[in-house]
Order: sequence, then structure tokens, then C-alpha cells
Amino acid sequence: MSHMIIDGRKVEFTDEKNVLSVIRKAGINIPTLCYHSELSTFGACRLCTVEDDRGKMFASCSEEPRDGMVIHTNSGRIRKYRKLIVELLLAAHCRDCTTCVKSGECVLQELAHRLGVENVRFQNTREQRELDLSSPSLVRDPNKCILCGNCVRACEELQGIGALGFAFRGTEAMVMPAFDRKISTTDCVNCGQCRVFCPTGAISIRTNMDEVWEALADPNVRVVAQVAPAVRVAVGDHYGLTKGKSVMGKIVNALHLMGFDEVYDTSFSADLTIMEESAEFLDRIKKGEKLPLLTSCCPAWVKFVTDQYKDYIPNLSTCRSPQGMLSAVIKEYFRDPEHAKGKKTVMVSIMPCTAKKAEAVRPNSFTKGEQDTDIVITTTELLRMIDNFGIKFSLLEPEACDMPFGFGSGGGVIFGVTGGVTEAVLRRLTKDHSKEAMHEIAESGVRGDEGIKEFSVDYQGTEIKICVASGLANARKVMDQVKNGEKEYHLIEIMACRRGCIMGGGQPTRAGDRTKSLRAKGLYNADNTTIIKKSDENPLVQELYAGLLKGKEHELLHNESYE
Amino acid sequence: MEVETAVCAKLFRGETEQVRKVIEIKKEKGNEVKGGNYMLDQSYYQKTDEIIEHYGRKAASLIPIMQDIQAEYRYLPGELLTYVAKEIGVKEAKAYSVATFYENFSFEPKGKYVIKVCDGTACHVRKSMPVKEALMKELGLSNKKHTTDDMLFTVETVSCLGACGLAPTLTVNDEVHPKMTPEKAIELLNELRGESV
Repeated sequence: MSHMIIDGRKVEFTDEKNVLSVIRKAGINIPTLCYHSELSTFGACRLCTVEDDRGKMFASCSEEPRDGMVIHTNSGRIRKYRKLIVELLLAAHCRDCTTCVKSGECVLQELAHRLGVENVRFQNTREQRELDLSSPSLVRDPNKCILCGNCVRACEELQGIGALGFAFRGTEAMVMPAFDRKISTTDCVNCGQCRVFCPTGAISIRTNMDEVWEALADPNVRVVAQVAPAVRVAVGDHYGLTKGKSVMGKIVNALHLMGFDEVYDTSFSADLTIMEESAEFLDRIKKGEKLPLLTSCCPAWVKFVTDQYKDYIPNLSTCRSPQGMLSAVIKEYFRDPEHAKGKKTVMVSIMPCTAKKAEAVRPNSFTKGEQDTDIVITTTELLRMIDNFGIKFSLLEPEACDMPFGFGSGGGVIFGVTGGVTEAVLRRLTKDHSKEAMHEIAESGVRGDEGIKEFSVDYQGTEIKICVASGLANARKVMDQVKNGEKEYHLIEIMACRRGCIMGGGQPTRAGDRTKSLRAKGLYNADNTTIIKKSDENPLVQELYAGLLKGKEHELLHNESYE
Repeated sequence: MEVETAVCAKLFRGETEQVRKVIEIKKEKGNEVKGGNYMLDQSYYQKTDEIIEHYGRKAASLIPIMQDIQAEYRYLPGELLTYVAKEIGVKEAKAYSVATFYENFSFEPKGKYVIKVCDGTACHVRKSMPVKEALMKELGLSNKKHTTDDMLFTVETVSCLGACGLAPTLTVNDEVHPKMTPEKAIELLNELRGESV
């Protein structure tokens, strides 16, 4: 076992990839802005600089641990330089902290406070630049960029998109798309991972809270909410509740309190998705055409296919996403004057996702030429609305969703984690209802947070090959292999964000490894405590097919085309 | 795209603080469009294909390809950068990042005569800036406008031409002109104008 001395204490290490990890393991939270374990090491911010016993200073993120190293993390020189770095970053930074969307979650703000930067001696000489408001999902404010490069690397390395890059150099360096184009004209799929990794407010969610407040204040409007599965496991820890535990009941109560007339569960329409997608899958297997079937519930992935893998557009499932299905069904329900009671219905969808904002305004997802989902807000915006209203969230009693669309099976709930859609499809396909059969599906290889999972299952004597991937860089690998004929699958499930919607671009940021696994666990626990596991056994689903949906399945639940 | 923007506008009708801010900035600056948006002749792409073939379709070929394109056209047309990036499998933003990192690459078409006025230490102390200013004044150029409208002259500064003993110097398409003065510079311009007529 190798060891090093950190601040006078002996610390053992094994295969840590850099000195920084060893220091953090030793219990010292050394500040960083550009270091993320999931991204490549960049060494841009220099905040993790430490000093060795010979007085040599180096960035600990870029140094391999060596046996016998002696490291000082807080020597006088280090403290002085670290503070100066933050002061210089602040000098070239828009410092409107009080009105910044990122306030309170901003890493730069936190570090300035933590390191005691109380005065900035230098003037900001950077030219004020225009905000990029071209995207329905994200806002880019170059004046708040500190050039850490996290967004550039997240977009390139995790998502394989590369819509952002550095341009120019030295004091003129900036992060921008090629030719300083608007982000909406690039290959950007609106996944929002850049925003997740941005330590400041340089990339933020395009918020729509004002529109929701406006609708809530209008007495002639019926405001209906739908809450996606992944939202319920990412809200609690903001209010000091158990990390990753589903707080759906409290969310429903909070929404009712804010004035939402009806609150529904998107896991219900996830069940509809499973019904439709399973039927579509079996049909394609039978006919042997348009295989592999590509899932279509993730809008960032759908845009990725329609932009970059045009040959595979016919393979995309024609099913709308759960958001699209539920909004279409609810809007149809209130088209009946008996249900509408003279009120206009505004559909608000609460999602872990920034790309859903773009999906809602995608004309090919409309019904009868009308936009089904009126407003999409993300989990982060929901938290801000709850705070804005002044609700003491942790004290709320849980409430149940409204009827008739307020219940989802366990299969619908696990949509929010990578592999969930596939698992729900497999549950639908099996005739066996026993606990053992459910367990067998869970153990088939569909669960776990690897980027690419391959496995096969038996369906009535036929081997069905399945691939489940998350993160678009992984999706690209899978699609290229399929394109080259190296791999053959019947079903490919892709979630654009690593680990699925629980780590979506609209979720509260700064989630560490523990949060990531607890959110997944939270959804599986919610599934465990649901009596009905299979989508087809959801009595509300059966009722809907027999009633409102009769003869309208295609119109309300499928996309006409992806062109 | 237009449809999408229109729908977005409808959805985001609330004028948030951010929107107000951008409108203010727009009013101050006017709307400037960057990057090449001219239509290029097919021959440009054919030539680029030849250059790409010569260096191979790999990421490492990016810089030599850009250099050859610039040598061919005296500038690097933006569309060709986009085209090259796609052909050799580099993300466009990455290619743009490389092209803007090096001072030598230019997205602006350059004049027939590219005049580089040296502003290295030796030339600077021997008053190279008055030479440059005289040239710019004569040609009606500014710090933002480097090329004359008739596409005859481009005036740039460089940090050192390595001819410090001849300071202040300038080059016209790589031909060195030593010991310049503002008067000599104007004379030189007139000579070049005569040459091109």
C-alpha cells in the first residue's frame, strides 16, 4: 500500500487517478471549478493547486499520486494564490448575483464566500455580450462564463454532440458554437447537460415559471399539472428530507396549495406508452420490419436521430413520449364541454428535462394542430416556485393525485431511470404475473448504471436482443455499430442523459455519486411499493382504452411523422 | 426553423428580465452577423476535396488542410471550414476553435496586396505605428476594417518580422520593405496602385 503525507497526516492510496482524489479521500474538500470525475481532466481553473515539501506548486487534478509525496493543501502561498485566482475570475465576471438564476447554487459564488474574497480590486474590462435566447430550453449568458470548459467537455465527451467550443485565445477566449451561431442552429439537442456541469449561471434553464403563475392567477383557466417519475426523487433533499426518497405525495399537496386544479402522474401515461410501444414492437417483430425499434420517449434522443441518423427515422417508435400522451389525452378529455365546464385548460408539465420544453413546441407532436403541453417547467423551476410561494415543504402531508389519470403502475414509475422503459416492456410481454417472473426480468441485465447494457431475453421461443444505453456519446457508439452491421438488436432504448431522466438537464445540480445512485434506488423503491407492476394491469389504463381512447389511439398517442 | 422560432415566441411571451437585457444590448450594439455566409462556387469544394485527399481524412489533418486552403484563396472561407470539419470527422465548434486560436487564419477575404506592418519592439520604438496609421488613413481603413472595398489592400500588424535591423519594416505579400516612413509608405501604395492598373 502506497501512502503520502497530506497536511501532516499519513494517507494511504491505491489506484486513485490523481492527487486531488487522494486529498478529497483524506477529508479535505479542495476547491475546484473545472474538475469533474466524469469528464476528462482539464487543469484550467488552477484552484486545486497544492504545494509539496520542496515548495513546488502544481495542480493536484493533473498530478499522479506517488508514494511518499508530502503535500500541503493550505500553506500561506497556496491560500494567497487561491484567493487571487477567484478574485481575478470575479473581476471578469458579471456580478449581478442578487438577480442571477444560479444564485445560491453557484460554485463561484460559494468559493468567493468560502475563500474570503471580500473585495475585487480589478475592473471588468470584458466587452458586454449578447445573451443567446434562441433555444426553447437553455439560455447562454457569455458574460457569466469563467472558461472552465465543463460545458464544452460535457457536450463533446458525454453527449458526443460538440455544439460548443472555445474560440479565440488569451484574454479574448470565449465559449461559443462555431462562428458564434445561435445555439438553436447547431446540433444541440437541448439535453441540458452543459447546464448541469456549468458552475455559474453562464448556461441556465430557459425558465417558464412566470407563465405558470399567470395561468394560476386566471380564474377562467383550469391549470392541470403532470409530474414525471424522475421529479419525485430529486426534490426531497432540497428540503432536508431523505436523499432520493420519493416525495410524490408532498409534491401533489404543494401543487394543490399553489392553485393547480388537477394534478396527474406522468407514470400513468408511461403505462400508455408501454401498451402502445409493446404492441408496436410485437408487430414489427412479426413483420420483421423496421428493426431495431428505437425508443422515442426521450426528446433529446429523438432530435439526435432526426438530425444525425436520418436513415433510422423509420425505426423510431411512433409513440409519443409520456408527456405528449398525457397532455393529448387530458386535452381531449376537456374538449368535451361537459368536462370543460366553460373553462380553458392549461397543461403544465413538470419534468426533469430541458429538452421537453423543445418537445412541447415541436409542431409534429401537436394534436389537431394544437399544442398539447402548454408550459413545461423543470424540477429546478418547481423548487423555485415552491420556495417562491413560501411553502414549508418538509411539513406538508402527502396527498394523492387526482382522478382519472392519477395512478401509474410500477412499470411506469421506473421510466425515469435508464433501462426502465425496457423493463416495463418486458413486464408487459410476459404472461407470468408472479413475483419470480418480475425478479427474473429485473436480473436480466436491464438494471445498473453502465453506459451501454446488452442482453437478450426469450419471447415465445424467439431470442430478443436488447441494448440499453444512456448518454448520447454511448448512443452514437451503439448506432454506429448497428449501422456498420457489427451489432444486431431488436430493441434499443436510449436516454440522452447518463443514468436516465433522474440525472436530466432540468434536475437540481451538484449531484454527487451518492445522489445519483440514491435517485435510481428511490424509483425502484417506489416501484417496489406499488401493488400493480405491469402497465396492462393498471385499471385506469384499461378504462381509458375502453372509453375516451376508443378509435383515437393513433391520433392521441402517436406522432404522425418525425420530419 | 422559422416555424420553431415563431412557436417559441408564442410559448415564451412573458418578457423576462433576460429578454429585456438582451434587447438593451441589441439596441446599443446593432445586430452584427459573424461568420461566412456567402455562397461559394462549386470549384472551391472540388479544390478542398483535393486538399483533403492529400492529407487524409483524420483529425490531425485539420491544420495543414486549413493552411492549404488559405494559401489557395488568401483566406479561409467559413463554409469550407464547416465542410472540412464534416469530412474529416471533427466537430465544427472544435475546428472553429482551432481556426480562431491561430492569428494566421482569417475568415475575411483579403486584398490583392496584404501589407503587414511590423510592430515588434524594435519597429515600434522606431515609429512603425505612424506608418500604419498613414496607410490606414490613406486607404480609409480602421481597427475593425482591414481590407479596402476594392479588395486591393489589406493592412495588418504583426509582432515581429525578424528584420529588426531594418526597422521599421513592412511586407507586401512577403516582400520586405525596410526603413519605412509614412511618406515612403504612401509612395509605395501609389506604386502598387499603378502596378495593378
